[in-house]
Amino acid sequence: MLSSTLAVQDAVAKTVAAAAENVPQSGGAAHLILLLTVFVLAIFLGVEIITKIPPTLHTPLMSGSNAISGITLVGAVLATGADNGTWASILGFAAVVFATMNVVGGFVVTNRMLAMFRTKK
Amino acid sequence: MTPDLIDLSYLLAAALFIIGLKGLTKPRTAVRGNLMGALAMFIAVAATMLHQDIIGWKGLLIAIGIGAFAGTVLALKIEMTAMPQLVALFNGLGGGASVLVAGAFLAGKEFSARVASESCFADVLTATAASGLIGAVTLSGSLVAFAKLQELKFIKDVSFPGQKLLNLGLTVSAIGLGWLLVSQPEHAQLWYWLMSGLAVGLGILLVISIGGADMPVVIALLNSYSGLAASATGFVLNNNLLIIAGALVGASGLILTRIMCDAMNRSLWAVLFGTMQSGGSSLSDEEVYTSVKSTSADEVAMMLEVSQSVLIVPGYGMAVAQAQHAVRDLTNLLLNRDVDVQFGIHPVAGRMPGHMNVLLAEADIDYDRLKEMDEVNSMMDQIDVAIVLGANDVVNPLARTDPNSPIAGMPIIDVDKARTVIVVKRSLSPGFAGIANPLFAADNALMLFGDGKKAISEITKAFDDA
Repeated sequence: MLSSTLAVQDAVAKTVAAAAENVPQSGGAAHLILLLTVFVLAIFLGVEIITKIPPTLHTPLMSGSNAISGITLVGAVLATGADNGTWASILGFAAVVFATMNVVGGFVVTNRMLAMFRTKK
Repeated sequence: MTPDLIDLSYLLAAALFIIGLKGLTKPRTAVRGNLMGALAMFIAVAATMLHQDIIGWKGLLIAIGIGAFAGTVLALKIEMTAMPQLVALFNGLGGGASVLVAGAFLAGKEFSARVASESCFADVLTATAASGLIGAVTLSGSLVAFAKLQELKFIKDVSFPGQKLLNLGLTVSAIGLGWLLVSQPEHAQLWYWLMSGLAVGLGILLVISIGGADMPVVIALLNSYSGLAASATGFVLNNNLLIIAGALVGASGLILTRIMCDAMNRSLWAVLFGTMQSGGSSLSDEEVYTSVKSTSADEVAMMLEVSQSVLIVPGYGMAVAQAQHAVRDLTNLLLNRDVDVQFGIHPVAGRMPGHMNVLLAEADIDYDRLKEMDEVNSMMDQIDVAIVLGANDVVNPLARTDPNSPIAGMPIIDVDKARTVIVVKRSLSPGFAGIANPLFAADNALMLFGDGKKAISEITKAFDDA
C-alpha cells in the first residue's frame, strides 16, 4: 500500500518535472495545454502528499503551505524590477511588500511552531 | 543569468517545494521540510532577481526589506493562541499580491505591446481575470476572517435576507466583467479593477456571515484560494514555478477543507451559504438541565487520585482562557503519580485545523499524548475521568441520539461513555450550534463552573496538597 502510493508520487513527480522542462516560450493552444498539464498534475501530486498528514500538524501545514503560496513574489519581482512604467512599478512594489511578508512571516512562524513539537524521551 | 538557467532554478525550486511539503507531513521531518521550502523560495527569488530584464534593484530591495522585516516581527511576536488570525492575515496578503501582480501585468509594457500588435491571447487574459478574481476574494475574505478572529469591535456577524441572491449577483457580475476584460483588451485595466472591486465585496459578504466555529473551514478554504490565485498568476506570467507551487497549496487547502467539513458532518455549501438550521430539538434548556450537578476543585482532585486513566478534551475555551500551561502542570503532576493522561482532540476544536495541538505543543506536552477522535472513542470505556475543557458541541451526545438536532450525525468525542465526566465551563450557555447539551445533566457528569485556567490550577493545587 505504502510502496504503491510512493510509486504514484514518484511517477507524478517525474511527469510534472518532465512537463515543466518541455514548456516552449511561445504562446498558442498547445502551450496553454502544457501549462494546464503541469497544473493538473501538480494538484494530484499535492493531494497525494497531503492526504496522509496527521491532524497534529494541520496548523503548521497551513502556515507553511501559506508561505509557499507567497511564490507570487517571483511574479511581483518581475513586475517591479522590469522597466514597465510608473504605475506597474507602484503596483509591483506593493505586491513585493505583501508577498515578502507572506513568505518570510509564514516560514518563520512555521519554524517557530514546529520547534515546539517534540517527544520527551 | 540566461533564461534557461533561470528556468532550471525554478525546476529545482519546484522539486524542493514538493520535498519540503512532504517533510511537513511528519513531526520528525517537519522542521527540515519547512526549511526546504524556505530554501526553494530563496532560490526562486534570487534567480528571478538575476533576470536580465530586472533593472530596478533599489526599489526591489527596499520592498523586500520592508516585507521581510514586517513579516518576521509579526511571526515572532504573535501569541500561539492568535495563530488563526495570523494565518488569515498572511493568506490575505498572498491573495492581495496576486491581484497586484496581475494588475501590474496589465499596466506593463509587454501587455501594451501585445494590444498594439493585436496579439493578446484570450488564455492570458482569462488567467489575469482569474488571478484578480480569486486573489481579491482571498484578500477581503481573509481580512474579514482576521477581524472576526481578532474580535475587532467594528466587525459583526451580518446576515440579511437576500444575502445569497446578492452574493450570486456579485459573482455573476464579477465573472461578466472578467469576460469583458477578455473580449476588450484595450480597456483591460478598467474592467480588471472594476472586477477586482466587486470581488473584494464578494469576499467580504461570503465570510462576514460565517460564525466562529465554522472558521476552521473558512481558513482552510482561503488557504486553498491563495494557492489557486498564485497558480492563476503563473498562467498570466507563463511561469511554471508559480503554477506548481500554487497548485500544491491549492490541493492541500482543499484537503484540509474536506477534512474539516467531514468533522462537522456539514457540506462545504452549507458552511458557506447556509447558517446552522435552527430548532429541531423540542427540549428547552430547563428540561435538559433539571439534574445538573456541580462540583469543586477539591472533589475533582479526589476523583483524580483514585483514577488510572484521564482524558482531557480541550476546545476553543482553552485557547480563550490561555489554560494550556495550567493543563501542562496538571498533566505532569498526574503522570508523576502514575495516572495516565491522554488528550482527545476533535478535528474542529478551536478556530483552525490543528489549533489545539499547537497550543498543547507550546505548553510542552508530548505530542504522542494527543489522540485523534476515533482513537479516544475506541478506548473510552477505559477512561476513569474525562475532563472537558472549554468544549461543547464536539462532545454533545445529541449528535448521536437526536436526528432532528442541527448537529445530527456530526462525529463527536463520546466523553459521556467515560466513567466520570468533569465539564469545566463558565456557565451552561450553549455552544456555537445554539442547543442545550444533555451531557451536562448526565448521571456521570459533574460541572465545574469557572474560568478554565483558574479551575485547572485549583485542581492541580488540590491534587498536589492531597
